Amino acid sequence: MEKYIQAPLVESEIKDLQAGDYVYITGKIYTARDAAHKRMDETLKNEEKLPMDLKNNVIYYMGPSPAREGKVIGSAGPTTASRMDKYTPTLLDLGLKGMIGKGKRTEDVRQAVVRNNAIYFAAVGGAGALLSKCIKESKVIAYDDLGTEAIRELQVEKLPVVVVIDSKGNNLYETAINEYNRER
Amino acid sequence: MRNISVEEITKNIKEMCIEANHFLSKDMRDALKKAENNEESPLGKQILQQLEDNLEIAGKEMIPICQDTGMAVIFIQIGQEVHFEGGNLETAINQGVRQGYTEGFLRKSVVDDPIIRNNTKDNTPAVIHYEIIEGDQVTITIAPKGFGSENMSRIFMLKPADGIDGVKNAVVQAVKEAGPNACPPIVVGVGIGGTFEKCALLSKKALTRNVNEHSHIPYVKELEEELLEKINKSGIGPGGLGGTQTALAVNIETYPTHIAGLPVAVNMCCHVNRHVTRVI
Repeated sequence: MEKYIQAPLVESEIKDLQAGDYVYITGKIYTARDAAHKRMDETLKNEEKLPMDLKNNVIYYMGPSPAREGKVIGSAGPTTASRMDKYTPTLLDLGLKGMIGKGKRTEDVRQAVVRNNAIYFAAVGGAGALLSKCIKESKVIAYDDLGTEAIRELQVEKLPVVVVIDSKGNNLYETAINEYNRER
Repeated sequence: MRNISVEEITKNIKEMCIEANHFLSKDMRDALKKAENNEESPLGKQILQQLEDNLEIAGKEMIPICQDTGMAVIFIQIGQEVHFEGGNLETAINQGVRQGYTEGFLRKSVVDDPIIRNNTKDNTPAVIHYEIIEGDQVTITIAPKGFGSENMSRIFMLKPADGIDGVKNAVVQAVKEAGPNACPPIVVGVGIGGTFEKCALLSKKALTRNVNEHSHIPYVKELEEELLEKINKSGIGPGGLGGTQTALAVNIETYPTHIAGLPVAVNMCCHVNRHVTRVI
C-alpha cells in the first residue's frame, strides 16, 4: 500500500504503517553513518549533549558523494544498517523514531523498535542518483571533519522507502522471502 | 620494446574511474532489463524499474550510480615488451585514482589504516593486481568496489571430499547469509581452487567478466547455470524484499589446487557491478 508521511514522525502515523508498505517521506531528516554513530556514542558516554534532538526524528544511514556545482548533493543512497546496530537501541530509547537504511537488523534493534513504537525503513540500495533527486536541501550540522560521514540535516520531498520493521516488530525481510522461496 | 609514458596511464585511470561510476556496461544493463521482465513480485519489479531509472539519471546528469563509489580495484596486465618511462608506475596509477575521484566528484571512501581510520581524502591507495603477459600492450581493468556487498563475501576452505556439492552449498549459503545486505540483484563471483589468496583473487576477477558470458569449461558453465537457478529460488529478490530475481549471474573461475584442498571464494557484487577495460 502506498502512503505519504511527514518527518519528524507523528506517533499515530507510525502505528498505521505496516511492514511492506511503500511510503513517501517529506520533511526534515538527519544523516549519520558509522563514524558519526561512534562519535554520538562517545558523546553520550561523556554525558554531553548530542548535536541534534532525536525526539520523533529520522536518521538516514547515508554518506553522499560530493555535490557538483549548483547541485544540492551528490549520489545519496542508503548504506548497510547493520553496522549501526550496536548503537541503535540507545538512540531509540532516547527518542529516535525512524531509521532509513538497507539490510538486516539484530534482534536487539527489532525489540527496541517495538519498545519505542519506532520504525525501520529500507530505501533501494544502489539507487543513489535517483534518491538524490528527492533531497531539496542539505547542510552539515555536526562533525564536519568526518567528510561524507558528517551529520547532515536534509529536507526531503517524497523520498521513496519501504517499511521493513514496523512498530509491532513484523519484519518484511523474513516474510517476503518466504513468500517467494521456491526451494520446497 | 615499446615505451609507454606513465602519464598516459594516469590519464586513462582517471577517465576510467569517472566512466565506471556513471555508466554500467551494456551486459549489466541488459541483465537488469531481463530481470525486470522476469520478476514475479510487484514490489520487486518496481525496485528494478527504479534501478533502471537510476542508471538513466546517473548517465544524463553525471551523478554517480551509487554514492559508494568504491575502493578502486585495478587489474593491470603488462606486456613483457613494455617499458614504462617518466616515473613510477604505481605512483602514476594512484595519481589517476586521485584525479578521477577528486575531479569527478566521486566519494572518498578510503581510510589510511584499518584501525586508526583517517580518511585519505582522495580515495587512494588503489588495490592493484599486476600480471605480466606476452606482447607490448597494457590492458587495464578498473572495478570500483562498494563495501555493502564486499562485506558479505566469504572464503571456504573445503575438503576434496566435499566435491562439487560442497561448492554448491557454500555459494548458496553465502548468498543467503548476505540476503538484502549485498544489494540484490547481485552478481556472484566465485573462485575455486588455487590457494587461500588465489581463490579470492579469482572470485574478484570473475566479477569483471561479462554477465552474459559463461565459462569455457563445460562443467563450470553448467555449475554457473545451476547455481543461478538455485539462488533465484531463495526468494530474496530485488532489494531483499522478496522476489524471484536475486542474482543476475554467477561467474566462476577455476585454477589448479593442492591434493589436500578445495578452496572456494565467493565475492559478492551488488547490481552496480562496475568495470571498465582499456587496452593501451
